[in-house]
Amino acid sequence: MNATARITLAAVLCLGLAACAKKQTVQPPPPESAPPPVPEATTAGAYTPADLDTDACLRQRVVYFDFDKSDIRSEFQQIIACHAKYLRDRPMARMTLEGNTDERGTREYNLGLGERRGNAVASALEADGAQASQINVVSYGEERPTCREHNEDCWSKNRRVEIVYTAK
Amino acid sequence: MRNRRFLSTMLLFVCSVLLSARVLAQGLTVQIVNGVPSAIPIAVVPFGQSAGPPPGTDIADVVSMDLNRCGKFRALGKSEIVETPTSGTDIKFPTWQQLKQDYIVVGRTSDAGNGALRADFELWDVNKQQRLLGLSITGQGSDLRRVAHKIADQIYQKIIGVRGAFDTRIAYVTAVGTGNNSQYSLIIADSDGYNPQTVVRSREPLLSPAWSPDGSKLAYVSFEHGDSAIYMQDITTGARRLLSNQRGINGAPKFSPDGRRLAVSLSYQGNPEIYVMDLGSGSLSRITTNLAIDTEPEWTPDDANLIFTSDRSGKPQLYEVAAGGGAAQRLTFQGQYNADASISYDGNQLAMVQGNGNVYRIAIMDKSLGGQIRFVSPGSLDESPSFAPNASMLLYASTEGPRGVLYAASADGRVRQRLVLSDGDVTNPAWGPYRQN
Repeated sequence: MNATARITLAAVLCLGLAACAKKQTVQPPPPESAPPPVPEATTAGAYTPADLDTDACLRQRVVYFDFDKSDIRSEFQQIIACHAKYLRDRPMARMTLEGNTDERGTREYNLGLGERRGNAVASALEADGAQASQINVVSYGEERPTCREHNEDCWSKNRRVEIVYTAK
Repeated sequence: MRNRRFLSTMLLFVCSVLLSARVLAQGLTVQIVNGVPSAIPIAVVPFGQSAGPPPGTDIADVVSMDLNRCGKFRALGKSEIVETPTSGTDIKFPTWQQLKQDYIVVGRTSDAGNGALRADFELWDVNKQQRLLGLSITGQGSDLRRVAHKIADQIYQKIIGVRGAFDTRIAYVTAVGTGNNSQYSLIIADSDGYNPQTVVRSREPLLSPAWSPDGSKLAYVSFEHGDSAIYMQDITTGARRLLSNQRGINGAPKFSPDGRRLAVSLSYQGNPEIYVMDLGSGSLSRITTNLAIDTEPEWTPDDANLIFTSDRSGKPQLYEVAAGGGAAQRLTFQGQYNADASISYDGNQLAMVQGNGNVYRIAIMDKSLGGQIRFVSPGSLDESPSFAPNASMLLYASTEGPRGVLYAASADGRVRQRLVLSDGDVTNPAWGPYRQN
């Protein structure tokens, strides 16, 4: 995918996520030890590529992280679960996980941190049954911020892994 | 504290307004944000000229700027230079003693044929009325700034006793535009920011330029094919060689001082580890084995050891390991976050990014002073320290509003000179070696 398409896709996905995030705020957070919740929109059998554009869960493709952390926050377990199911349902599907950090700290260390976040999402997907061969991790470190102000609000938007499907 | 920061910010702002119009470089502007009262007073008198059209560069002006920005000198302002001797026999010493100058530089240019100009100059001690230097330097008329930098280097060495580093180059990355209109450029320029030349352009991020010790090549990281890869490029011919595009991170290249090896950080075996690549054979030796992030290797001047960043103890800290591998020793214990080392030519000073809370500053640890740390930048998002080859100054990257800017600071932190690109971000500075011709 070229840069134009990727950035346009990321922008569309961010809008989608913003819309979904509002809905999520009314749901109680899942208890720590609960099994991954069953994605709501997957009642009838296997996912199809069309679901990537229509399914409320699959349309969410950004996982956010705490500062200097690569643990997946509980609120993102649901997103991981539905994308893992998509990969299980469609063995030919492929995705790239793009790891990113905020601007604090050094550039090369942040490349490592972005990769660690990408690997954390990859491990979670694989734990849910996705194949390692379906997932590619790329780290951009702090080089591709979505927000350029020097404050926590902005930094929290940049600490993220973006899920980009390269084959549906 | 807050007040002081506010005042210094205001001062910086006022200085930039006053100076930015006056000192305009091609691409970068040069500003001195702090003066040093203890600096040595020196008068660099405008050079005379024997015949022909006036040269396009005011040599005395360039020499004065060089001496000012290193923090060790205070060059007399042009308007205060009331007499213009062009050779030692013309100097009226009482005039310069009255102006409280310790040293005076006089000189003249003449045609050397084939487009070349010859600059003869003399350095005199004003109080002893003694000539310290009398030299001539020849250069192309189109490259008189370089002649001036060489003159400044001679003056610096004579008075300070250390080789000057004004006739050197710097490398940095610029980014203009956002989103799909982003354009990244790897640029080299003179040490004062003039004469910028683009080495490579890309729509994807470029980072971590590293100079070969002979100054002929740059190694750097490019995302031009989607993921990181390390390239080495000849500056003169543009010839380029792909050095590493393993799966995962290919980052943080640094040439060994002997130029035969490249230290890198690669993650293809699971997580970022330090490797040493033999540039002749291309073979890789793995240096670290650890589940942590190990990156940003820097060679000690004797080629024997590598200093690198690792978060094996939790947060990033600096460690040292033999370049052939072995157990690593932790070097830094003060500060929550210490990363991206740059070492001085004599191995005594270690510059790093030190983070405490949300404030990241450039710190120098002086090994000769028992590991004492001093800060040379005010923060809050400073990174990428890079020593000049004589360690008199260092470059680092900072931010102003949404834009990245570069600073050159004296190693004692008392003078900072801002290099600002008029459009876009400037990041990833790397100070090159002494020039060889």
